[in-house]
Amino acid sequence: MSAMIALLALPLAGALAAVATPRQGARIAGLVALASAVALALLIAQMTSAGSVRVAPGGWDAPLGIVLEADGLAVGFIALTVAVMAGVIAIAAPMRSLAAPFWPLAMLAWAALNAIFLSRDLFNLYVGLELLTLAAVALVAMGGDKALGAALRYLIFALTGSILYLAGVVLVYSAHGMLDIDLLAGTMPGRTDRMAMALMTVGLLIKTALFPFHVWLAPAHAAAPAPASAILSALVPKASFVILLRLWFEAMPDTANDRILSVLAVLGALAVVHGGAMALRQGRLKQIIAYSTVAQIGYLFLVFPLAGGDSAAQPWAAGAWTGTVFQALGHGLAKAAMFLCAGMWIIAVGSDRLEALRGLARALPMTAMAFAIAAITLMGLPPSGGFTAKYLMMTTAFASGQVVWGLVLLGGGLLAAAYLYRPMALLFTREMPDFTPVPRALQLVPLVLALLAVGMGILSDGVYTFVQIGRPGAAEEGL
Amino acid sequence: MTALLPIAILLSSLIPAGVTFFLAQESHRLRNTLSLGGATVKLLLIVVMLLAVGQGAEYEARLSLAPGLYLLLRIDALSLLFMSLSAVLWLLTTVYAIAYFGTKAELSRFFGFFSLCVAATTGLAMAGSLITFFLFFELLTLATWPLVVHKQDAKSLAAGRSYLAFALPGSAALLVAIIWLESATGPVEFARSPDLSVLPEASLRWIFALFVAGLGVKAALVPLHGWLPGAMAAPAPVSALLHAVAVVKAGAFGIVRVVYDVFGITTVQELGLGTPLAVLASVTILWGSLRALQQREIKKRLAFSTVSQVSYIVLGAALAGPYATIGGLAHLVHQGLMKITLFFCAGIYDERAGVKRIEGLNGLGARMPVTSVCFSLGALGMIGLPPMAGFVSKVYLGIGGLQAGAPWVLAVLAGSTLLNAAYFLPLLYRLWFMPADDDMAGDERVPMLVWPAAVTALVSVAVGVFAASALSPLGWAALIVERDYWP
Repeated sequence: MSAMIALLALPLAGALAAVATPRQGARIAGLVALASAVALALLIAQMTSAGSVRVAPGGWDAPLGIVLEADGLAVGFIALTVAVMAGVIAIAAPMRSLAAPFWPLAMLAWAALNAIFLSRDLFNLYVGLELLTLAAVALVAMGGDKALGAALRYLIFALTGSILYLAGVVLVYSAHGMLDIDLLAGTMPGRTDRMAMALMTVGLLIKTALFPFHVWLAPAHAAAPAPASAILSALVPKASFVILLRLWFEAMPDTANDRILSVLAVLGALAVVHGGAMALRQGRLKQIIAYSTVAQIGYLFLVFPLAGGDSAAQPWAAGAWTGTVFQALGHGLAKAAMFLCAGMWIIAVGSDRLEALRGLARALPMTAMAFAIAAITLMGLPPSGGFTAKYLMMTTAFASGQVVWGLVLLGGGLLAAAYLYRPMALLFTREMPDFTPVPRALQLVPLVLALLAVGMGILSDGVYTFVQIGRPGAAEEGL
Repeated sequence: MTALLPIAILLSSLIPAGVTFFLAQESHRLRNTLSLGGATVKLLLIVVMLLAVGQGAEYEARLSLAPGLYLLLRIDALSLLFMSLSAVLWLLTTVYAIAYFGTKAELSRFFGFFSLCVAATTGLAMAGSLITFFLFFELLTLATWPLVVHKQDAKSLAAGRSYLAFALPGSAALLVAIIWLESATGPVEFARSPDLSVLPEASLRWIFALFVAGLGVKAALVPLHGWLPGAMAAPAPVSALLHAVAVVKAGAFGIVRVVYDVFGITTVQELGLGTPLAVLASVTILWGSLRALQQREIKKRLAFSTVSQVSYIVLGAALAGPYATIGGLAHLVHQGLMKITLFFCAGIYDERAGVKRIEGLNGLGARMPVTSVCFSLGALGMIGLPPMAGFVSKVYLGIGGLQAGAPWVLAVLAGSTLLNAAYFLPLLYRLWFMPADDDMAGDERVPMLVWPAAVTALVSVAVGVFAASALSPLGWAALIVERDYWP
């Protein structure tokens, strides 16, 4: 219990401390990461023996008070956040070009992320989302004058999303007089609930940057400083997606019907195709990586018809649901590794134009290796978390007769191979570029993140079991 | 012990691979020790295992990944056949590669991926389930790409690009086939044939087609062979290993597994899939030979010859009679030994005499006698001169064709033999009977390059001459067939 509170309080306290002492930002963030890792380890140890952990801070249970719950889904994402943040901090600390506000903003985003993962209350989730949005927009704006336009566009989209989500929450409250996810799960869905779900879902789709609401993502993620992009791409869209999972699989699964679920998956499929096609056409590395995020987010939405609606009761639902979580986690690790590589290459050669990458594999071999390994996860090739995800989701798609979603996964993998091949081929050309050296220890950071994504695939048994903790209907085995 | 041995064999190349990546370019001695040590250890472990499996022992190791997804390493007679080939050739190729590269750049990367490639091949051989096979199949794709582009010039990058453009869609097709099948039958293990009756016949035909397409890319079945000639841009040791054991054999071996252990011969015949596959293999055999005839570059000619020869294995599997199977499986080893000899020699001609095109071979026989004798033995074996290895394969395939009621196979074999002679004999004529150009240089004073070629040449002769022995590849193939497929 105290571990859970610590995970929320540490980054928040760190953010405040970093505001108070701007010169110590990096050091404070490092301490927060270290302490969070310890708290996370304690929490995981507790959960593997005793299952999900619930806390009602203040001693009031729902509906009077608010409840936090650490289940497999929440802690999986908290662990992802700790890993990505640790990597970001290691890379960002020695970067002199990074202004002091980066540190409090990053830690504020971190606190908001943890709050969203742990909350069981729809309004609390709203507060977390708003906090996250503000921190994320400010992180984009740190990219300098060129980034302001992108940041403004992001802000407009994100606030629209927030308003829609909030409107949905108000409707739910007016109908049921409470906002706790577990209590809502016990209610009968009515007309208002369908309306509310529609509003909240659209709001969250905008924040998750699902096609066609993705137009803000690529400019924003490409304009932000690379360490900030790592946070924005790897973590931020995952928060609103987790809320979507909570809404559709925990709070109000009965409001779903096949048509709505299919629409979500169709949008996901379009995102995969569109994101991939756009990534193929970009001339800058960070834009390729950003459009790749659009595509990778698309995969996540295949979960709705595969594990929701009529499929929910089937034995294969568990596989698809867990596969989606694997995809989200694996993408987070790999994408953070890629943005951190991009950041180092920008320091080394002063640009992220594709042409500037020539021969960097020879100059900075570890980063090239990290990029290649991260690419394996994004392409969904074994042995990686991305492959486990693809395998689990594809098996479900074929077993449930929804073959088309399986083919989306497959085609998306090939598209990813195509758009990632371009930077890779340039990295491995035989030239020695003029470059500013980067310390070997720093080069190791993205390599560790990329290897974690691969490790998720190799040790997928343990991850699978852990993520299932507390999942509704988790007793059912996968296929 | 029975679970540890497969894992130990895998680690004998994985550990050298992992360590080698992090070695400095200059630590030649440590790197060579690791590579050679790993290869030797693996060979010893395999000998231990050969003795045990010959007496009926079986080895198995399982590692759970996710529900329905597990790694299964299982050693049966067929996996040992492939594994022994890869272990012997790896050791020899490592010796050759060390001499070939000397102190050139980026060697830690090269030998790291080289070992990884062999680990993948070993994993393929030991794979006991479809998904395990797929995991190593993909690992092989990824580990060979850096080897193909090793020179990092425009030509090798283009070759690497075309390799991926064929290989990745190929493995996508394979994955669809596997998941389609497994979503109906549950995980498929080779030792226990799955119950296919749950799927309609039309789906089974599609799944089979996807399997053949996916594996056929690596096996270089026409029209999926486009990447192979380009991959010649890679350094000679890579070409040697790629053509003899690593990539093309992985595809052929996979097709054998699918025909015998996934679908089973009876089902393949009932679905009427055997004949189309045999026809596809025959077309590949003839087309590859015809294209080889048109090539003026030695390595290109050898590459198209590979396209043709590897399909003998597929033909054996498709005909699915005992003799055809024995012939096909034996050819898996025979072709490997002969082709690696030819590539070793082509590499020596290139390195020591600067000869890349067949015109340059004129009179080289006198200057480089050992290399040229080896090359001639390999070529004659390929043509199928009795009593050499290629002859043994062809005889068994021919009898198998008659057994399976497909006498047209004899015509294919005869046509292929003529074409083989047509594209190999002119090379031998040039080597031994044409006068040398005056300004020709060339010597073979690098024993570590020449000896591996000599060893494989002699072994390839021996496996033909002593084919009747139980220890020969043919004897082992007969044991596989008697034990597993026609008990």
